[in-house]
Amino acid sequence: MSTYLGLPTLRRKGDAGGRATPSGTRPDEPFGPVPHPDDPLRWGETFPQAARAALGNDQMRANLGHATSTIRAKRASVVGEVPDWEALRDAGAAIKTHVMAGLPDLLEELERNVTARGGVVHWARDAAEANRIVAELVRAAGVDEVVKVKSMATQEIGLNEALAEAGIAATETDLAELIVQLADDMPSHILVPAIHRNREEIRRIFLERMADAPADLTDAPRELAMAARAHLRRKFLTAKVAISGANFAVADTGTLSVVESEGNGRMCLTLPETLITVMGIEKLVPTFTDLEVFLQTLPRSSTGERMNPYTSLWTGVTPGDGPQKFHLVLLDNGRTRALADDVGRAALHCIRCSACLNVCPVYERVGGHAYGSVYPGPIGAVLTPQLTGSSGHGDPNSSLPFASTLCGACYDVCPVKIDIPSLLVHLRARVADEDRGRRVPTGWGAAMKAASAVMSDGGRFALAEKGTVVARILAGRKGYVRHLPFPASAWTASRDLPAPAKQTFRDWWAKEHEQPGERSDR
Amino acid sequence: MSARDEVLTRVRAALQESDGAAAPELRGAMSAQAPVPRDYRAAGEDPPGSAAVIDLLDERVADYRAEVHRVAPHEIGTTVARILEGSSAVVVPSGLDAGWTSELAASGTALLTDSREAPLDVQTLDGADGVVTAARVAIAETGTIVLDGEPDQGRRAISLVPDLHVCVVRHDQAVQTVPEAVRLLAEHPERPQTWISGPSATSDIELVRVEGVHGPRTLHVLLVG
Ligand code: SF4
Repeated sequence: MSTYLGLPTLRRKGDAGGRATPSGTRPDEPFGPVPHPDDPLRWGETFPQAARAALGNDQMRANLGHATSTIRAKRASVVGEVPDWEALRDAGAAIKTHVMAGLPDLLEELERNVTARGGVVHWARDAAEANRIVAELVRAAGVDEVVKVKSMATQEIGLNEALAEAGIAATETDLAELIVQLADDMPSHILVPAIHRNREEIRRIFLERMADAPADLTDAPRELAMAARAHLRRKFLTAKVAISGANFAVADTGTLSVVESEGNGRMCLTLPETLITVMGIEKLVPTFTDLEVFLQTLPRSSTGERMNPYTSLWTGVTPGDGPQKFHLVLLDNGRTRALADDVGRAALHCIRCSACLNVCPVYERVGGHAYGSVYPGPIGAVLTPQLTGSSGHGDPNSSLPFASTLCGACYDVCPVKIDIPSLLVHLRARVADEDRGRRVPTGWGAAMKAASAVMSDGGRFALAEKGTVVARILAGRKGYVRHLPFPASAWTASRDLPAPAKQTFRDWWAKEHEQPGERSDR
Repeated sequence: MSARDEVLTRVRAALQESDGAAAPELRGAMSAQAPVPRDYRAAGEDPPGSAAVIDLLDERVADYRAEVHRVAPHEIGTTVARILEGSSAVVVPSGLDAGWTSELAASGTALLTDSREAPLDVQTLDGADGVVTAARVAIAETGTIVLDGEPDQGRRAISLVPDLHVCVVRHDQAVQTVPEAVRLLAEHPERPQTWISGPSATSDIELVRVEGVHGPRTLHVLLVG
């Protein structure tokens, strides 16, 4: 990237600069090997393979360990001060259940209300259609440059790459997204996409890739943030078109909401003439007052703050205030597939707070890239294969349900009470069933089945803890487990033990995978 | 079939395929027939504007490293003038109480009036030293002030682009909990709302909170009563 001129990266799909290795990474990339996927929901190797590679990256593990322990403490403290937290979780879960059951009517209601207030609603069956709609809207506005506020939906559809192909430069304005974009990297966390970078790495990325970075930039977070402010200011003040996601859309009023910290969201939502919002069809809430639940649980669960610095709510177009053209793109892209499935439907309740990532002992150790999807961590392990559908044996996404110790921490923190461990057990059982259908002679399917039955039955759970049933099935596998091909590779099978996970997982991992002399980061 | 019809058809088909509760051990999958349990607090134990609510609001706003000023109504003008002393230009929304900025104007600061009908351009906003607005409601527990774009609060851009925001909140506008504020705001859901909790900030670098990114880097909140 020696020709970098401080312009937004115009990386095209599949363009790895001729330096791609078979796994899709570039070893000579100055900021470390990063994935360059064609498909933001399916890249790289299977989880166990990618996890093994990630565990060799001490720097990343140290960065992650530091960041996730910080956020866990903050979350615990601000959740602890809410006396009705459990009631808010119950309400959030129930509202989402109602949303899924009433989705067709709610979507039509939203469309009606947005349209009545001067917005234009578009529907997209898949990523390609959504990208095409957005590119056409940008072209119609007569510009080739847009500013973007961080959005999982647009990452999921690979919008920036698609816009680049259409000759449109998209600038990410969220600080972490900017870091990821400048480093030509992929996000590794749904809330803090550059969580795998520490301040010194960020300083180097800015100095090397941000043309107007001050030469004497230090690694003080405040200085780094100020450099980003200066870098983006002119873009904000001159942008004609902005692209955003949405945290919530209110069916009964047509109101959209973006929850953010830096003010880059407000800049994008307020200053340009045209605003294009891309939103998954599951992001609805039925009524305006339902926001009183999620605007309490989301900030405390995600950044561990009582409230995030800025929340914007807008309804269509307000004459004389903010963008005078508003487009809402409603995105399916696998959501209806997920909706048709019990596991998938539960996963669609997710409000993307990222609390489950921050408490996950597996995520903390392997980082977000190992999941091979823009949705990493516990919820990613459920949601990703549900959105893409699994092409079965050999699909890297089939390995994702095994990326967990089933310790249950993710369920405990989830603000909408998604029972991720149970969902994972279900998905594992399905993978095992599929393989039995293929008569793969590994015998591991039996272990899966046994583990799944054990997990869903309290009595047998206790029995298994005494080390009788499942342990016997798994015991014989230990010696050669690393050498089996996916999906019998590994940890997967043995992690189905309903063990008091965190410590056990680490012990197990340390024993199985760490080289002599390697620090264990405990 | 249009994309719209196809997506809606798929959604309806998906709902027929599964009722979302076929696997009872999926604890998250509760019945869509039962009403939403709303056992959470719809209001705080302390009434709006009470001393306890104001004290909590003060503490929680200050916790974000915003500056809180407890003033009587007749002290607003003096306080605003002191905060913005030496400014050459300050933005005010057209509906702002003129008494709040008369002392500032008298000290030689130019007041730039903004409205939906006569908006200032973004360069002018960028060149201003600060902005003074009123608020719609404030939430004590979360240290949040909410603007809803009415003439005393102005267009969203004016509380965003200038680097310093002075926000005047009357005691009777302060509620204890989020639901109290949302139910009040639900009277006019069509108004563009900005919820502000402290100065702009980021936690994107090692999850360390740093105040002051793209929004105003300095926030002053006057609690008036
Ligand atoms: S699954 Fe729950 S905890 Fe995880 S990101 Fe989604 S809402 Fe948050």
